[in-house]
Amino acid sequence: MEGLYAFCVGLLTACGIFLALRGRTFSVVIGLTLLSYAVNLFLFASGRLKLNAAAVLGESEQYSDPLPQALVLTAIVIGFAMTAFAVILAMRARADLGNDHVDGTLPAQPGDASKKSGGSQ
Amino acid sequence: MQHLSIFPILIPLLFGAIMLLPPISRDINSQRITSIIGTLFLLISSAVLLYQINAQGVQLYALGGWQAPFGIALVADKVSSLLVLLTAFLAFCVMLYAVAGQDKGGAYFHPLFMFQIMGINGAFLTGDIFNLFVFFEVLLIASYALLIHAGGKQKTQAALHYVILNLVGSSLFLFGLGILYGTLGTLNMADMAIKVGQLQGETATLAKTGALLLLVVFGLKAAMLPMHFWLPKTYASASAPVAALFAIMTKVGIYSIFRVYTVIFGDDAGELANIATPWLWPMALLTITIGTIGVFASPGIKTLSANLVIISSGSLLACAAINSEAATSAALYYMVHSTLASAGLFLLADVMSRQRGKAEDRFVRSRPFVQPRLLGFGFAISALALIGMPPLSGFVGKIMILQATQSSAQTMWVWPLILIGSLAALIAFSRAGTTLFWRHNGSVAAEAEPAKITEIMGIGLLLFASPILVVFGGDISEFTQQAAHHLHDIQASAYALLPGVAQ
Repeated sequence: MEGLYAFCVGLLTACGIFLALRGRTFSVVIGLTLLSYAVNLFLFASGRLKLNAAAVLGESEQYSDPLPQALVLTAIVIGFAMTAFAVILAMRARADLGNDHVDGTLPAQPGDASKKSGGSQ
Repeated sequence: MQHLSIFPILIPLLFGAIMLLPPISRDINSQRITSIIGTLFLLISSAVLLYQINAQGVQLYALGGWQAPFGIALVADKVSSLLVLLTAFLAFCVMLYAVAGQDKGGAYFHPLFMFQIMGINGAFLTGDIFNLFVFFEVLLIASYALLIHAGGKQKTQAALHYVILNLVGSSLFLFGLGILYGTLGTLNMADMAIKVGQLQGETATLAKTGALLLLVVFGLKAAMLPMHFWLPKTYASASAPVAALFAIMTKVGIYSIFRVYTVIFGDDAGELANIATPWLWPMALLTITIGTIGVFASPGIKTLSANLVIISSGSLLACAAINSEAATSAALYYMVHSTLASAGLFLLADVMSRQRGKAEDRFVRSRPFVQPRLLGFGFAISALALIGMPPLSGFVGKIMILQATQSSAQTMWVWPLILIGSLAALIAFSRAGTTLFWRHNGSVAAEAEPAKITEIMGIGLLLFASPILVVFGGDISEFTQQAAHHLHDIQASAYALLPGVAQ
């Protein structure tokens, strides 16, 4: 179980980082979302994975650490708010700057020299 | 008073919330009065807190009556109460400046300002590392909204970079916290400091990974070298009061570095003792270097002040790398000085750019100022303070940092870089002053507006702090010395904060 769990967290993190490094705001926002999912799972696992163990005393024979669950709740709430803000900001940037690149200007593509924006090339 | 240590968090929270509600939220003038009253209350309560801490020692405030390490504790010691007072003073001066008209650019300036102050004060006061994360998020989300206050292409572009970088930073923060909780089993900083010494072998390596991930996050906030690229653009494009308030934001990162890598991963951390030092050394020195290059390359006075913030961050990181009581004491003094001086320069730059017509703050030949004497006087004071020329506080702060170096190798690296940084600032400021004040043509610009009385008061208070820091230099440096001693003494900074845990 631990191996599969660790693999999932690692895969989510890798995809999140890859997408966050892309140039368009949409993929960056998706990347940030995946990263926050990975973080939530990771935080949950920091209290060790246990089967049949409730966080409430007396409900089961073993009990699990309740603190990571509280941390995950906080992280989910904050991550959700931040993602919502990032989405709105990305839309605002699309409207203000005229494109959806994170730098606000489209990089010159090889082969479309006619479209470049008056640089000194 | 027992509850005094939570006031710096509660006052801005309550005032911010009140300003969102109808009777006040409809009218900008009542918002302004409420804001001034709120920051004044904050200033008074932080000053009383500092006085009380100085007289009676550390105050431990267990939220909800849950004793540490099980509940979240607020720890008001000399370091945090000094920085809370600094934040309150900065907030009051910036608010004086903002009420003259800079707050009209967008809605909700005043509540957001209050929430940002709340986040900063909370980050300084908390004794729990997850709570530190929460307060970081509070100050960040307020800063995201404040950054695009008054709108504009430049701001949206800068805000996009700033927001994305900080969101990645928050994720890394949580990864680091998860690793540390998994290995140490606690999130209370004092408890972590005690438990970290017992880690061995693989667990220690794992905890080291978590600790260094946190260094990346704090480095991002503090503008440490590879993570500093967001800073010049963000600070230069933000509106003046926001940029001036952001002057304390890099210091939150520096403070967290001092707190985490002196108290938790300090000398008593067993296998993990001083893990950050080998990383902090090159980063700090390179940060000063890149800031120096940036100072030379700045086309306008706002970018210049942003690059000076990078230099001061680098100097403070060098203090963290030296990792001694004298260096921490120097860092605390320099932190107070550089926050106030750079905030003053950001505000002054805004007044200047409003009087120069289309040239704004760029170093080009342009129209003369409406108030050349007043602005020239202010510019000279802030330049002298930021360069580090006697008789102002920058000189004292830099001398303290230079004296704190311990071995000849440290001296050989730190002295030339800090002195060259000062020389670069001297050259840049003389060039800037010459162009701004002496090379002008034509008459006064038609749209130029003279600085209003509250604006002059705000800037004046910030700049006046510099000579005050020198006049009372003896008392202040004695206080920072005691604060640094407290931070480096694990008995005081960890065991004393946990009732029922003996060494």
